[in-house]
Amino acid sequence: MKKSYLSETVQSIQPSGIRKFFDLAATMEGVISLGVGEPDFVTAWNVREASIMSLEQGLTSYTANAGLLSLRKELSNYLYKRFYIDYSPEEELIITVGGSQALDLAFRAILNSGDEVIIPEPCFVAYGALTTLAGGVPVYLSTSAEKDFKADSADLRTKLTPKTKAILLCSPSNPTGSVYSKEELEDIAQFAKEHDLLIITDEIYAELTYDEAFTSVAAIQDMKERTILISGFSKGFAMTGWRLGYVAAPPVLRDAMLKIHQYSMMCAPSMAQYAAEEALKNGLEDVEKMKKSYRRRRNLFVGSLNELGLTCHQPNGAFYAFPSIKTTGMTSEQFAEELLLSEKVAVVPGNVFGPSGEGHIRCSYASSLDHLQESLSRIQRFLQERQVKEEAPAIIK
Amino acid sequence: MKLTEKETEILEILDENSRADLNTIAKMAGVTTEEAEAIIQKLEDQKVIIDYSTMIDWRKVDGHEGVTAMIDVKVTPKRGVGFDEIAERIYRFQEVESVYLMSGVYDLSVVIRGRSMSDIARFVSEKLSTLDSVVSTTTHFILKRYKHDGKVFETGDDDKRIVVSP
Repeated sequence: MKKSYLSETVQSIQPSGIRKFFDLAATMEGVISLGVGEPDFVTAWNVREASIMSLEQGLTSYTANAGLLSLRKELSNYLYKRFYIDYSPEEELIITVGGSQALDLAFRAILNSGDEVIIPEPCFVAYGALTTLAGGVPVYLSTSAEKDFKADSADLRTKLTPKTKAILLCSPSNPTGSVYSKEELEDIAQFAKEHDLLIITDEIYAELTYDEAFTSVAAIQDMKERTILISGFSKGFAMTGWRLGYVAAPPVLRDAMLKIHQYSMMCAPSMAQYAAEEALKNGLEDVEKMKKSYRRRRNLFVGSLNELGLTCHQPNGAFYAFPSIKTTGMTSEQFAEELLLSEKVAVVPGNVFGPSGEGHIRCSYASSLDHLQESLSRIQRFLQERQVKEEAPAIIK
Repeated sequence: MKLTEKETEILEILDENSRADLNTIAKMAGVTTEEAEAIIQKLEDQKVIIDYSTMIDWRKVDGHEGVTAMIDVKVTPKRGVGFDEIAERIYRFQEVESVYLMSGVYDLSVVIRGRSMSDIARFVSEKLSTLDSVVSTTTHFILKRYKHDGKVFETGDDDKRIVVSP
């Protein structure tokens, strides 16, 4: 078939760099994977059971386009109680098919052809592609390990043009685990107000914040009106496969997104919505338990990486460590590929998430304690062998 | 007894895996190994940590399958010592695994492990029923253990996630 059948936009975007790694790792036996971007918990039984009940009761029809009102009401309560943000269940929320669809809706609702979105990188692989698909232009802003891969207003200013429409924030961040503090968000908020920009904030990992309470940019004074909040049940509630997310935004933006949603998706799957309602009603204790478990594993894993010489800032959120591998002299891809082939540990090369991720790897510590400890000793062996090889020529000389 | 956050943290780590080594425990809780060691010592001294035991599925071991029964025991409490004296007389028997004082229609719940049903029958008829304070006993044999102390006995809990995902 001729390639010219394809839209130019689709041809212009690249398939996700993670895919290549997945294909390689999937062919091997005995691989310990630190490459998984999802919780290692199975969804809590009460949540699964609620979904099964909905099927037994024959609740299999379409729901309202925006999602079950009862779910939106629970969600509204939850957002207020948990993060002090007040969204009307009737006018400001849409239940979506994962956070990814919510992102897609946000970009499509606000972007005209050529509008620019400033995206600090390294970042989740979908932002740029979705911006492009919506006709916009992703403008990547590089960030550095020295500043925990966070952007501030001065950084953002360097990318500001008359075409800038929005800033994308992801906190806690995939892949770096960094979390913006209230003060840092206030600085960015001030910048957004000054230049009349929207903020799209991806808060899918908000429940998994460990050291200080999470602040949403939507909770900062006067910011709700220019913020599109994206989140979902995947990470905090361990519900990735259910594909259930949501978007919260002021009515004008929300109505625009709802138009797209009703024509392209109709509504999120009903059985997942009933599950989510149960998760919000009776699942927060489980969230707390999982969070504690991640925090312990983070302390162990990040502490050990630093001891191995793979320096890493303490990630305050999500379940990723993003250590530097620069001391090995390898590129991220080389490191990840050699580690996989020689020690069967799968990590994701940092450059997949943007050029600033080069020299780093993403390791998910959402893995059993045994696996984490085994992978650490394999990484240690890998590093020692590399060191021996590197030092060998020096001895000859 | 009021415990500090770190003490509770260490208890929870041990509760999940009593074999975790000191270094791992210390790192997970964010304390030095010396601190972790001191905390564990203190908790052991105060009998907050009673013991470190292993959960074994003996059914899988030939010759060790055994039988477990839960016995509801009605007793007459004694003035001055209440149920404690009779409870002690019961828990001193080696074959008794646990004894609980219960609310409801009977008083003591006794869990006992023996090699066979007749072992347990002998214990109940010869040792337990003959105690002065014991009014009646009802013996329930455990047929199958599905979940014990929060652990499911037969599970396929292998990782079902795809190897690499965004």
